[in-house]
Amino acid sequence: MRHYSVQADSLINSQAEETVLEAVNANIYYGNFLALQDVSIKIARHQITAFIGPSGCGKSTLLRCFNRLNDLIESFRLKGQIYYHDQDLYSRHVDPVLVRRRIGMVFQKPNPFPKSIYDNVAYGPRINGVKGNLDDLVEQSLRQAALWDEVKDKLKASGLSLSGGQQQRLCIARTIAVQPDVVLMDEPCSALDPISTLRIEELMTELKEKFTIVIVTHNMQQASRVSDKTAFFNVQTNERGGKVGYLVEYDDTVKVFTNPRETYTRDYIAGRFG
Amino acid sequence: MDLTRKSSDWRSLFNTAMTVVAGAFVVIALIPLLAVLSYVAIRGLSRLNLELLTKLPPPPMVPGGGIANAIVGTLIMVGLAALISVPIGVAAAIFLAEFSRPATARWIRFATNVLNGVPSIILGVFAYAALVVTTKTFSAYAGAVALSILMLPTIIRTTDEALKIVPQEIRWAALGIGAAKYQTVMQVVIPAALPTIITGVTLAIARAAGETAPLIFTALFTQFWPNSLTQPTPSLAVLVFNFATVPFKNQQELAWAASLILVLLVLLTSIVSRLALRRKTY
Repeated sequence: MRHYSVQADSLINSQAEETVLEAVNANIYYGNFLALQDVSIKIARHQITAFIGPSGCGKSTLLRCFNRLNDLIESFRLKGQIYYHDQDLYSRHVDPVLVRRRIGMVFQKPNPFPKSIYDNVAYGPRINGVKGNLDDLVEQSLRQAALWDEVKDKLKASGLSLSGGQQQRLCIARTIAVQPDVVLMDEPCSALDPISTLRIEELMTELKEKFTIVIVTHNMQQASRVSDKTAFFNVQTNERGGKVGYLVEYDDTVKVFTNPRETYTRDYIAGRFG
Repeated sequence: MDLTRKSSDWRSLFNTAMTVVAGAFVVIALIPLLAVLSYVAIRGLSRLNLELLTKLPPPPMVPGGGIANAIVGTLIMVGLAALISVPIGVAAAIFLAEFSRPATARWIRFATNVLNGVPSIILGVFAYAALVVTTKTFSAYAGAVALSILMLPTIIRTTDEALKIVPQEIRWAALGIGAAKYQTVMQVVIPAALPTIITGVTLAIARAAGETAPLIFTALFTQFWPNSLTQPTPSLAVLVFNFATVPFKNQQELAWAASLILVLLVLLTSIVSRLALRRKTY
């Protein structure tokens, strides 16, 4: 049932899709080693785009380009362009701090600050200069992250006292509290049990009404359940023995999972490698 | 197949023998510690009273008296040394762990280790040449500077380690919601590392309080109250050094009592640092 409705949505939306993020001929290097080769991809507004592929294919690396988190890696180098709407994110005039306020990130391992639940959520708005009473914003963010009912009586408790799944939803609340445009999720469920995973997936479907979501996942069922578009990356060994990732196929999720264009994609989805 | 343990086989015997030997060495290692502590306690306790903490040391052959001036002098100089070395040391470690390039950090860490290995008497001679000779007077200032140089590497190392323990993911999380680097460090990383930093600082203070060599050349000693930072200043460690070697029974007893006070001071700081570590997050 679900698949049909997704298909219908994407058919309707396909005319009016607005591109939020775009990579144009992006080549990513670590030192002299090419890690990701010639990726061009458009991320559509208010959709969930999933990056799938075997380990080392560069999907997380590409994700971190979208909010310039790769800047923290000394040897990182990008050739090509990454656009947010029509701004080149890697232009010398762009402030990465401002980029990250518009494009938030949720990480693989839940990483709440060692502060109270309230302060975890309020931290982002505070550093963004939101003054005065943050109670409403904290409540709203926790509600959006489907965590409010579980924590409303213990907002002063440490964020680290929550269970893994709750911590990850707290991290989502913390990210959306700064009201970003895009939320990047780097394998957000890989450290969670199946029930917590399902809750996060339901949450993502709700969140896409407000945010554009890009998710990296190793879990193909997850990609097929939640995403509107799927990009499949693969890794190949080049003549110098280095492993280089590349984009194999990018299309509507339904298409990628039911009728992929490339044999590699078909084999990967069938579980024949990766 | 027979799986019962045969206590007579060579492997089991060797295992038991080695465990016994290791246990015996633990006992041997603990003997000096317990001996020192109990001897200091036995010799010092007889003079541990209010007079000890409030009176000046008496002249030779006069009974009674205390070591109050030395306690005050130690507190002044250690406090002053902490005021100098804690901000510098913590800031240096923050630069080292959070802002410097790995190659630079390696050199600074190496230099810190070298400074840590410099014998304290050399720091004393250095401060003597730099501050006592030039100002032509022994002073609390000079003593504090010598102690602060002694404390610096400990503070840098422990703070550096404390910051490195904080998981990288926490920094990413803060940067990922648009915190600037300095905000990440000041508001997220340092609060998370604070208990461990406090522990390092208190241990450095405890070590400095017991040092004699840097103070002999710099603060010297007086029998009187320390009334100016630019004059010779008494300290517990130098008092022990001076009084333990004179042929007067009263002075020797005061030296033991001062030793006990120093040991208690170290014990107290250790307890404080333990309490701080309880609040540790990582």
